Amino acid sequence: MRGGLARPEQPFALVEKQRGALRLAALSPLAAQTGIAPGMALADARGLVPDLATLAHDPEADAVLLGQMARHCIAYTPSVMPDPPCGIMLDITGCAHLFGGEAAMRDAIAQDFRQRGYTMWLAVAHTPDAARALARHGGADVHALPLDALDVDETVRLALRRAGIRTIGELAALPPATLAARFGAPLVRLLARLTGSEDPHIVPHLPPEDIRAELRFAEPIGRHADVLDAIEWLATQAAGALAESGKGGRAFAVQLCRSDGHVARLSIETGTPTRDPALLMRLFAERIDSLADPLDPGFGYDSLVFEVSHAETLEQQQRSLAPDAAGPADIGPLLDRLAVRYGPAAIQSFATGNSHVPERAGYLARAQDGERGSTSIPGETGEPPLRPLFLLDPPQPVEVLATIPDGPPRRFRWRGEQHLVRLYEGPERIAPEWWRRRQGYASPGFSRDYYRIEDEDGRRFWLCRHGLHGRETSEPRWYVHGLFA
Amino acid sequence: MFSDSSFVPGREKLLAAGLSGAEPAARLGLGSSCADQWLEGGLAAQGVHEFYQAGEKDGPSLSGFALLLAAMRQRQHGGALIWAREVKAARLGGYPYGPGIAELGIDTRLLTLLTLPDAKAVLKAAFDAARDAAVSAVVMELTGRQPLLDLTATRRFALAALEMDTMTLLVRGKAKPTPSAAHTRWHVAAAPSRALEAHAPGAPAFVLDLLRQRGGRDGLRLILEWDRDTAAFRIGDHVARATPLSRPSSAMAAGGAGDARRPRAA
Repeated sequence: MRGGLARPEQPFALVEKQRGALRLAALSPLAAQTGIAPGMALADARGLVPDLATLAHDPEADAVLLGQMARHCIAYTPSVMPDPPCGIMLDITGCAHLFGGEAAMRDAIAQDFRQRGYTMWLAVAHTPDAARALARHGGADVHALPLDALDVDETVRLALRRAGIRTIGELAALPPATLAARFGAPLVRLLARLTGSEDPHIVPHLPPEDIRAELRFAEPIGRHADVLDAIEWLATQAAGALAESGKGGRAFAVQLCRSDGHVARLSIETGTPTRDPALLMRLFAERIDSLADPLDPGFGYDSLVFEVSHAETLEQQQRSLAPDAAGPADIGPLLDRLAVRYGPAAIQSFATGNSHVPERAGYLARAQDGERGSTSIPGETGEPPLRPLFLLDPPQPVEVLATIPDGPPRRFRWRGEQHLVRLYEGPERIAPEWWRRRQGYASPGFSRDYYRIEDEDGRRFWLCRHGLHGRETSEPRWYVHGLFA
Repeated sequence: MFSDSSFVPGREKLLAAGLSGAEPAARLGLGSSCADQWLEGGLAAQGVHEFYQAGEKDGPSLSGFALLLAAMRQRQHGGALIWAREVKAARLGGYPYGPGIAELGIDTRLLTLLTLPDAKAVLKAAFDAARDAAVSAVVMELTGRQPLLDLTATRRFALAALEMDTMTLLVRGKAKPTPSAAHTRWHVAAAPSRALEAHAPGAPAFVLDLLRQRGGRDGLRLILEWDRDTAAFRIGDHVARATPLSRPSSAMAAGGAGDARRPRAA
């Protein structure tokens, strides 16, 4: 176990003082063959082997040596643990391929330590417990190991032996519930770790790798058509990688690296996951055309990088054998193209908000965010529209003449023009959302009274009185908030 | 953008369609037998139609009428609706309000609004939309004088409409009619609505003047009311009784557009 001072042909032992007597703690291989065993009193051993050389056992020096060996093992894997009294545990997860596989790695370690003059037993297994047991007891199958390999009390081992169990395999075949009832849960757990059915390793969370493709050129390229060709080649590569992982990209980017170090970045987004290179090329061509300052190749690009910056699951789709057999085509590609050219904010859909305040009840959202409002048409049969076609933001102030302060308007002036009210409906009172305000109900804000108004020429307005006369304010203001068709 | 070289084969086709009297099949009826007879069955669904505002403040009615026609076309065709307008349009006349559009009986999930930086972008995006088979109708809103929206441009739209089965509705606020290849050209104004109980305003109503019809008569005057429940227009016969209209009913000269039968070199 460690280099000694005795001559190689002379058996020797390390002794330590136990219970008032010197006992053997460890033996040299030669001494072990003579019939003496660790734990034997030195006097008895001397009786059997008269020329036994002895040295005092030094556990601390053992631990120091083990530490040195463990540090040496860092050359093989970053996670090394001394396993006292005489073992070293290496976690070779993800390291074995650097040495050409587990077997090759084991041989390399064995040779390394043999050259340093150590005797050692090596075992590779799925769990640390199994590896330890195999290294100590030999063999390749944990199930074939004797009960001694189980790190439990001698009494437990004895009881198991009396029950006729000789190997770990026989023990593992027993129902765990019975074992736990008789010997306690720790035994079952120990057994599970030994046989590998429970793995104490952590499984590290690794972020999924970005899908990217790169193209380098020995000679920089500068022609527009060449660049597009290169992007298309990269898009095809990336599409292949996407198809392999069953994904489709929502956002793509191309980096054009100029030979003088300048990097131009083009990015596109799509409304639905895609991996169609032709579609991507159309979008990239669109993107290049819509650049504020056109691409300047300078002395040429020496490398191109294609990245899928955001990917989502995309199942393989069956292409229809009869084209145009289905209903109307999808508008998505058109919107994607327009979004690339004019920015995603320009493409808007009508979203509905969870509020009764008009400007929050319906708003314009980005179409690519996928927010689409509900379609339920409020109101009853025969009713006219109660909400305007256009909403003014912000509402525009108007001068209103009303018969009574909290009554409907009679005439109003907007943008310098007089309108005489012919028809009106209202008020529709819309209370403020006090829960949105900092002071809450203590200062809820003004209520609004909405009137649908039609003037004598048939133009329809949505007028609103901000504040209730006498209760909230003495002089409520009037606004035009919307225009009806 | 609208280069002549790519246009040449289209002109042949368009002329062939316009001259040989091969009528596009789909028509949008306006809910009045007289008007539909006048229009030979209604508005051409695979066509380009121009709408000008009659009065200074008829902007909302103008956009609203075009949008309602687009919605009718959508029900017939089944594709999506595109409404393209400039950013500055929202500053002047407000932004399209989803609940209000839904209250007109239009499915807002099918409508996509394009808010674009300038007229050129609107023209280009609307043309791309008109060239897309998934689109049933495009509402293109452009205010003021638009030199880009000329005879050539509108012809391209007419060709796209014919080829791709889309309808294009040009909403031209605050503008004078200029030569174009549109199938029909209208003046739109708000009409007083049919009053409901307790003097409440009723369903949206419009006064329409047909300024020009390619290969047909102009001078038609219509008062239409939108019926949300049937998603169709009906004749607004209440207006004559309510208030006499003070607007002149004569058709406006079509700004030198000439006859569509003798198109100039584009």
